[in-house]
Amino acid sequence: MSSAPATTTLTYRDAVREAMREAMHADERIFLMGEDVGRYGGGFGVSKGMLAEFGPERIRDAPLSESAFTGAGIGAALNGMRPIVEIMTVNFSLLALDQIMNNAATLRHMSGGQFEIPLVIRMCTGGGRQLAAQHSHSLEGWYAHIPGIKVLAPATIADARGMLAPALADPNPVLIFEHGSLYNVEGELPDPPPAVDIARAAVMRAGEDVTLIAYGGMLARTLEAAELLAGQGVDAEVLDLRVLRPLDEETVLASVRHTHRAVVVDEAWRSGSLAAEVSARIAEQAFYDLDAPVERVCGAEVPAPYPAHLEQAATPQAETIAAAALRTVGRDG
Amino acid sequence: MAASPPPFPPPSGPIPEHGVELLRDMLRIRRFEEACAELYSATKIRGFLHLYIGEEAVATGTMRALGPDDAIVATYREHGHALLRGVGANALMAEMFGRSDGCSGGRGGSMHIFDANTRFYGGNAIVAGGLPIAVGLALADRMLGRDRVTACFFGEGAMAEGEFHESLNLAALWNLPVLFLCENNHYAMGSALELTESQTNLALKAACYEVAAWTVDGMDVVAVERETERAVLAIRGDGGPVFLEAQTYRFRAHSMYDPDLYRDHAEVAEWKERHDPIELFAARLREQGMLDDATLEGLERDIAAELETAIAFAEASEPEPVESLTRHLYAPGPA
Repeated sequence: MSSAPATTTLTYRDAVREAMREAMHADERIFLMGEDVGRYGGGFGVSKGMLAEFGPERIRDAPLSESAFTGAGIGAALNGMRPIVEIMTVNFSLLALDQIMNNAATLRHMSGGQFEIPLVIRMCTGGGRQLAAQHSHSLEGWYAHIPGIKVLAPATIADARGMLAPALADPNPVLIFEHGSLYNVEGELPDPPPAVDIARAAVMRAGEDVTLIAYGGMLARTLEAAELLAGQGVDAEVLDLRVLRPLDEETVLASVRHTHRAVVVDEAWRSGSLAAEVSARIAEQAFYDLDAPVERVCGAEVPAPYPAHLEQAATPQAETIAAAALRTVGRDG
Repeated sequence: MAASPPPFPPPSGPIPEHGVELLRDMLRIRRFEEACAELYSATKIRGFLHLYIGEEAVATGTMRALGPDDAIVATYREHGHALLRGVGANALMAEMFGRSDGCSGGRGGSMHIFDANTRFYGGNAIVAGGLPIAVGLALADRMLGRDRVTACFFGEGAMAEGEFHESLNLAALWNLPVLFLCENNHYAMGSALELTESQTNLALKAACYEVAAWTVDGMDVVAVERETERAVLAIRGDGGPVFLEAQTYRFRAHSMYDPDLYRDHAEVAEWKERHDPIELFAARLREQGMLDDATLEGLERDIAAELETAIAFAEASEPEPVESLTRHLYAPGPA
């Protein structure tokens, strides 16, 4: 007798919460600290209900002091705890950049390997919600520039649910960037949810003609672009980078060697972007496999504008991604 | 702008039985640093080198009052703290040389002394950058039910940084066992206190965060030890943070790069002449019959021998192989 595997329907937000709840039940050293994570339930509602479940010691409301509570997370991690620090948005994380860059990323190497910093920092990133130029940027590429930390970008409910556990088990500081437009996305997960790795990019759609490389908030519209392309007879492969540092070069290069064309999609600004890095690595290591120049589709180089039509114009869309892919196969986008 | 002499009467009063050890500790720092200055000129030590000469009573008095389970977070002017905390002179000097036997494997240098064994968490060269770390170390101790104190050293220049204010607020709010130890040497690099702080009464400023705060003569090693003991006693148990300001003076330039143009030579000379913590204390020890020439010579001889050994050790230590460049960047595998 067989039965269909059990599944659960949940949102991306629920998935992150369930991952935190599971981790905190399993390990008393884990606690959540950040602005409004307790009584308010999290700036984006991710930790709603957790204060009642775990109490104020472990769901720790911090004052609006990003540098101090991020640094406190580093100190607590150095001293036997496994903190999860929530920073409300990536723009606010700049107030904690000293701690992330000068301490979290450096202490281990600078001390000759004497210390471990098993710290997870979660934050919301990205635009699409008309929040203008101080709440909408995609700065994860900046963090991916920094040796000594790991940078994750869950684009799917499975990753939102599954990336936290291996991040907490990792003895290094891990930053997790949750895209703000994904929190309400609903989907199904097997119950119990599958374990995920935090080392490899994932092929989300197999294809023959061109590789579309995206992550985070851009993955869904890149898959949408692949659908548009299919309608035009172009068979696109779609990669979810997932891990922004260290980059899984191998998966990217294998795909490009297979399709001979690449489009890199990045919500962030083009200059000095993660898209630039991925493109450069393809050019360096797969140049002779390419049948067309690498294309990039990036955010427009302006501070994120408030009005919806301008924000859309500033952000990669399925149509602009598909157009870039068409150019790589010699057709007018 | 002249930095006024400390508002303290000349050090007097009883000296504890271990008075000669306090003198020895201060001398160890001074001789170590004098050697470092020479080794810098000889290009054995490079990068930035910030000397603590003149401020020795602060590290000496405070280290005495801390226990082996307590933690230290220090600044880039931390050789003395590390030496007295128990980081061996050999490992310390090898670190100054950037050699593999240095306490940080040669990767940190003068500004980044680390030693897990003695709970010495740096060696932080971002002004005020260590304060949030200290808050976190103390938070972990509190959450894990350990009765330990984290002593966090910083200069008065750090009090103009946001991280100072965020950290004091957080430590007070969460009642954490942190000793915030302000080493006020009156100059933030080249800027006098009066040019950087609207409120130059630093204890008053710290007290705004509902933190017990007071000031001690940082040129009087006995007073520093006594007041640190008082502070640590207040912190232990469930006492919450304390801010202790030690008023002191840097006899040397900010770093080896500093031509020291921002203060009067007369001012520096006056501090050296009238407030040298080692001279003052040695005189008191003699007055009280606790020190004679033979004892002092013995101390100097032992210290010179320790230094000679340390320098030879550092000279002999191998440089890290280039192949190890990226070693220690990431801890291997999930724990």
